[in-house]
Amino acid sequence: MTQVTFVILGIAAVLFMYRLCAGPSLADRVVALNGVVLVGMAGIATHAAHTGVGAFLPTLVAIALVGPISNGMIARYIEGRQP
Amino acid sequence: MIGEILALAGAVLVLLSAIGVVRFDDVLARLHALAKASTLGILLVLLGAAVNLHDLNDITSVVLAAVLHLFASPPASNMISRAAYLTSDLSSGTDERTPDQQRAGS
Repeated sequence: MTQVTFVILGIAAVLFMYRLCAGPSLADRVVALNGVVLVGMAGIATHAAHTGVGAFLPTLVAIALVGPISNGMIARYIEGRQP
Repeated sequence: MIGEILALAGAVLVLLSAIGVVRFDDVLARLHALAKASTLGILLVLLGAAVNLHDLNDITSVVLAAVLHLFASPPASNMISRAAYLTSDLSSGTDERTPDQQRAGS
């Protein structure tokens, strides 16, 4: 069942990557990048639950902190740049 | 077993939000699909991991990551949607911006 979970997460990552490459505006790419970060978080958590090794879980906390902060910074950049 | 089922359900929700991000045709609709569905999906995945893990340090790390994501993701989504709404010309719907906002945007 863990393999099925990883396959589903991989398909989701491919779809987010498509939107990251093809998004018309910068906000679309930021949304897709947010999704890629979420898929990475889910992959780390699933791997830790599958193997029982919790060595990467502090990385999970760091990504959960840094991802939304980077989104906010890019939003400030989009809002403040001259068109 | 129940942790794997929870992780699978969360992965299916993340896949649904990815399909929404690909298929919707507006920045705000894509952000709507991503923010709600994948927040619930990542919470389910982290809950499944917390059920499966045994060490107390690992469980607190997972719970801390879930709480941080739950509190930090909605303001970030709000900031991105605000920036997209103020700066871009949206393809669908009526423009409800005030003249001040339109001058600030474009």
